[in-house]
Amino acid sequence: MTMAPGITLQGQASIEGRQLFAPLTLSLDAGRWTCLLGGSGVGKTTVLRLMADLPTGADFDGEITATDGAPVAERIAYMAQDDLLLPWATVEKNIALGARLRGQKADAARMERLLDRCGLQEHRGKKPSELSGGQRQRVALARTLMEDKPIILLDEPFSALDAQTRAAMQDLAVELLDGRTVMVVTHDPGEAARLGHAIHVMTPAGLTAVQPPTAEVPRAVDALETLTCQSDLLKLLMGQAV
Amino acid sequence: MKVFPAVAATLFALTVWQVIVSLTDLPRFILPGPALVAETWWTNRWVIAEHTLVTAKEVIIGLAIGTALGIVTALQLATSKTARMLVQPILVFTQALPVFALAPILTLWMGFGLWSKIAMAVLIIYFPVTSAFFDGLMRTPPGYLDLAKTMQASPSRILWHIRVPAALPNLGAGVRLAAVYAPIGAVIGEWVGASQGLGYLMLLANGRAKTDLMFAAMLTLGVLSVLLYVMVAKLTRRLGDRET
Repeated sequence: MTMAPGITLQGQASIEGRQLFAPLTLSLDAGRWTCLLGGSGVGKTTVLRLMADLPTGADFDGEITATDGAPVAERIAYMAQDDLLLPWATVEKNIALGARLRGQKADAARMERLLDRCGLQEHRGKKPSELSGGQRQRVALARTLMEDKPIILLDEPFSALDAQTRAAMQDLAVELLDGRTVMVVTHDPGEAARLGHAIHVMTPAGLTAVQPPTAEVPRAVDALETLTCQSDLLKLLMGQAV
Repeated sequence: MKVFPAVAATLFALTVWQVIVSLTDLPRFILPGPALVAETWWTNRWVIAEHTLVTAKEVIIGLAIGTALGIVTALQLATSKTARMLVQPILVFTQALPVFALAPILTLWMGFGLWSKIAMAVLIIYFPVTSAFFDGLMRTPPGYLDLAKTMQASPSRILWHIRVPAALPNLGAGVRLAAVYAPIGAVIGEWVGASQGLGYLMLLANGRAKTDLMFAAMLTLGVLSVLLYVMVAKLTRRLGDRET
C-alpha cells in the first residue's frame, strides 16, 4: 500500500435544482478515521459516493482533492451496508473479486493472511448463503482489504448487524484498516463515538465538527466519555444545542 | 414435483373421463374412453414411437437453436445501446405477428421436412428466452455494479463475472418456458404440412375418424412435453447455482 493521503471534499450538491446539501468542506485526515454522522436523506451517502466517483443522481458543484495531488477515485476501496457478496461464488472467490474483475491473479499470500485475520479459514470454500450475517460482513471486510487501497470508504458498514456482532466488527475493522484514510458514513451516534478520530454531524443546516473523546479508537463501549460523546451526538442529530 | 399427488391426480382425471364416457354412451369417434385409448396406444405403439421420435428431434433441435439465438441476442441488447434502439422494436413487432400464420410460408420456403418445424419452434421460443435473459442482464443489483466500478473493472469483465451469472436464474426461467412452448411450435408446423411427427399423426387420425388414435398421439405429446420440461428444469436449476 502506498502512503495514505488526506482527502478534501468542497462543494455543494443539488438534485434537479433542489439543494441536497449546502456548500460544505469535509476533510479526511491522512491515516485516520473520520465519521460522517447524519439522519436519512441529508446527503451523507452522496458525499461518500462522490468521493468514490459512483453515480449519485445529484449535480455536484465542487471538487475532491487529495493532499498528494493524485486522483482519488482509483485509490479507494468501498464497503456498503449490504455485504454485496456474489451468491454464486465461494468466500475465497468473493474476496478475490477485484483481481478477477481486473483480469489479474489474486495475491495468494495476502489471501491467506486475510482469511486468518478475519477468522474465515474454515469458511473459505462456502457460499455466502451458508454464512451468518456477521461472517458475511467479515468476508466483505476481507474483500475490501484484499484491494489494498490507501483510502477506505464505508457506507453504514455494520448497521445491519446485531449489537454485539457490530461491536466486534468495529474492533476488527480498526485493527485491520490501521494506517489507511477511512471515512465511515453512519447514522449510529454510538458508532461515531467509538470510531471517529474526527466526527462530523451532517444536518440540513450543514456540517458540525464534534470534539471526539480523547481515548484511542476503538473506544470502550462503556467508557463514560464515549457515552457522553454518543449522547451529545444524538442531541445534535435531534437539532438541540449541546 | 411430488410423484404421488401427480399420480393421484392423473388417476382421478382418468376415472372421471371413463365415467363420463360410460354414462353418456357417446360414440367412440366423438369421445373414446381411456381404456380404448390405452388399447389403441398399445396396438399402435411402434407407429406412435416412430412419430414421437420425429417430433422430439424437432423440439430438441428447435429448443437448442432458439435458446442459443436468444442468449446471443440478449447479450447484444444488454451491451449495446444502438442494438437496443434498433432491435427492440423489431423484436416486439415480430412477437405481435401470429407465428401460426407464418407456418404455411415457412413450409413453402423450407419444405415438408424437419427444418420448417424446427424454424417454427425457434420462432415461438426465441422471444421468451431473449426477453427473460435480457431482463436479468439489465436488472443486475446496482450495488454489485458500484462495487465493480470501485474495483476498476472493464465493462466486458463486469458482464462476464457479474451481470451474466446474476442473470442466469432469469435465463433458466426463460428456457423452462421455452421447453413448454417448443412442442407447440413443432406440432403447428406438422399440422400445416408434414409426412411425419405426432402432429401429423393426430391430423391423420382425426381425418379418418380414428379419434382414439388421435387421443393416443395427443397424450403421447403431453408426456413428451412434460418429460422435456422436467429435464430442462433439472438442467436450469443447476445453471442457477453454477460457480464462476
